[in-house]
Amino acid sequence: MLQVKNIHFNYGDFPVLSGISFSVNEGELCGLFGPNGCGKTTLFKCCLKFLKYHKGSVHIAGKDTTKQSIEELAKVVSYVPQEHKPPFPYLVREVVLMGRTPHLGGFFGVKRRDKEIALDALEQLEIADLAGRPYNQLSGGQRQMVLMARAIAQDTPIMFLDEPTSALDFQNQMKIWETMKDIAAEGKTILACSHDPNHVAWFCDRVIVMSPQGIVAEGSPEDTINEEVLDLIYSNSCSVRKSGDVQIVMPKSIAKKADDPFPSQMPKKITANMK
Amino acid sequence: MTETASLKRILESVGYEDVAGFSDYKKILILIVIAGLLFASAVLAVLMGTYDISIQDVFSTILTHITFGDTSTIAKLHNTIIWEIRVPRVLLTIFVGGALAIAGAVFQGVFRNPLVEPYILGVSSGAAFGAALAIVFPTIFFSIQLSAFVFGSFAVAIAYMLARVRGETPIITLILAGVIIGSIFSALVSLLKYISDDTALREIVFWLMGGFYYTTWDDIVLIAPLVTGGFLILWALGWKLNILSMGDNEARTLGVNPEKYKFIVVTIATAITAFAVSIVGIIAWVGLMMPHASRMILGPDNRFIIPASFMMGGIYLIMCDTLARTLTSSEIPVGIITSILGAPYLCYLLRNKGRVIFG
Repeated sequence: MLQVKNIHFNYGDFPVLSGISFSVNEGELCGLFGPNGCGKTTLFKCCLKFLKYHKGSVHIAGKDTTKQSIEELAKVVSYVPQEHKPPFPYLVREVVLMGRTPHLGGFFGVKRRDKEIALDALEQLEIADLAGRPYNQLSGGQRQMVLMARAIAQDTPIMFLDEPTSALDFQNQMKIWETMKDIAAEGKTILACSHDPNHVAWFCDRVIVMSPQGIVAEGSPEDTINEEVLDLIYSNSCSVRKSGDVQIVMPKSIAKKADDPFPSQMPKKITANMK
Repeated sequence: MTETASLKRILESVGYEDVAGFSDYKKILILIVIAGLLFASAVLAVLMGTYDISIQDVFSTILTHITFGDTSTIAKLHNTIIWEIRVPRVLLTIFVGGALAIAGAVFQGVFRNPLVEPYILGVSSGAAFGAALAIVFPTIFFSIQLSAFVFGSFAVAIAYMLARVRGETPIITLILAGVIIGSIFSALVSLLKYISDDTALREIVFWLMGGFYYTTWDDIVLIAPLVTGGFLILWALGWKLNILSMGDNEARTLGVNPEKYKFIVVTIATAITAFAVSIVGIIAWVGLMMPHASRMILGPDNRFIIPASFMMGGIYLIMCDTLARTLTSSEIPVGIITSILGAPYLCYLLRNKGRVIFG
């Protein structure tokens, strides 16, 4: 569905991407994982043609993106940005309806079906109560949910999500990941980047791990989110534990506490000292 | 209620589809009310003037002309005052006010800034320079209007080219380029003022303040089709403008080529602004205030803001111009009235509605 081959990109003289190659299969929920500043957003922007890469190629649904117009591309790819705030107080339902733009035609443009799809997208994320609120007065997390609804309304075979859960509370993070799983189960392809190793390990079908040097690991969550890889990108600060069949990544210091064979003695000592 | 029902039927017959929770009927109804107000204020403006003419005489004069009746039946004085002076003047105010207001709405949308006015890219300074040039050197630049239009458009064209880097025109660069070009042309206008004699200087100053003193039907014939055409195109692009106002990357994601549409709408908005300015001089505030006022009533959707701005620009300028010509025995330049009435309005906006309007 998405093939990226040997992408090179520099900001001025500063190289950000040098020779990135990967592919995402149809119907896959693929996680892009990596430390700050390793070029995840830049990679997204290159794939979406916001930035012109210097070398390499991007194929979406078998077609070279450089040969497609912005109008054509918008029917195939939707994008949820990290953060966005418009200057005008558009209502939430209007913002979601904007997602229908690539499919509009004719003078009146917006058809009954488009409005219904927009309302359905709000229902799907359970934020229909926000529909009549001005979008630029919402909290960052609420805006992120609205942008997600807009991408759902855009109804494209492939979706790019740039840290879709970065501003969300715990419950909404789970809601977004579950929604993404549902969408992928419908046969759509999703590439989402995230900073939480547990999220990508728990929800993604496949994970691509990036470092400033390039891609360091690629494959199933079990193969990629392990201590070896995490040590490489996070300089020995993480431990991976198992709780039943589910693996959990935690900081080394917390893991040490969990490994302590006599944790119950700790409070006793403290109380003794206090006396 | 029956009016709403029949309005719904009419709209559905032309292809409008309504969905509960997404209804636009209220906004359409407001647009119709504004259209009624525009008509009423135009009629009122024709009735008012320093020379008293009875309502019956005014209406019979206009009616005779509209129905292509025998114009020789009208008193000659009435015919001149009503049909040759007041009617074209009111029509011109509508078109100029409308042009400035929709240009303002478009610039605010494209530049994603509700404080932008249509003169931001230097069209007014360019036009002022063109007009001053034609006033000081009447033999070389024979027409003040043409010269103002050419230099006004020229200024924006330079600003646009100056801001274009590697196939893209970032908004900040564009606004800065507009400021630079504007200041150069302002300096040139000062230079012309300095070297001109007293009569020319007086004429330049009057031109800069703007006014509808010498309106004729020829002006209407010139401006009406252009502004109407520009208005219709911009109105049809209203939805695209909504998308553009979300930002360049957002527009790309949603399949609207930002460079292409920015260029189209800025060109049209500049053309109608330059045209309006070249006929009546520089009239401030209309292009800044009326889009605001429309947004307060109708929300930010440009499909409604553009027609509303057009009509409210017309209403506001009719109001100001009628005051300008009736307040005192001699005429006050309309630019002074628009500013005096406009500044307090913006203060009110800033103090009371600031959070909603400015985000």
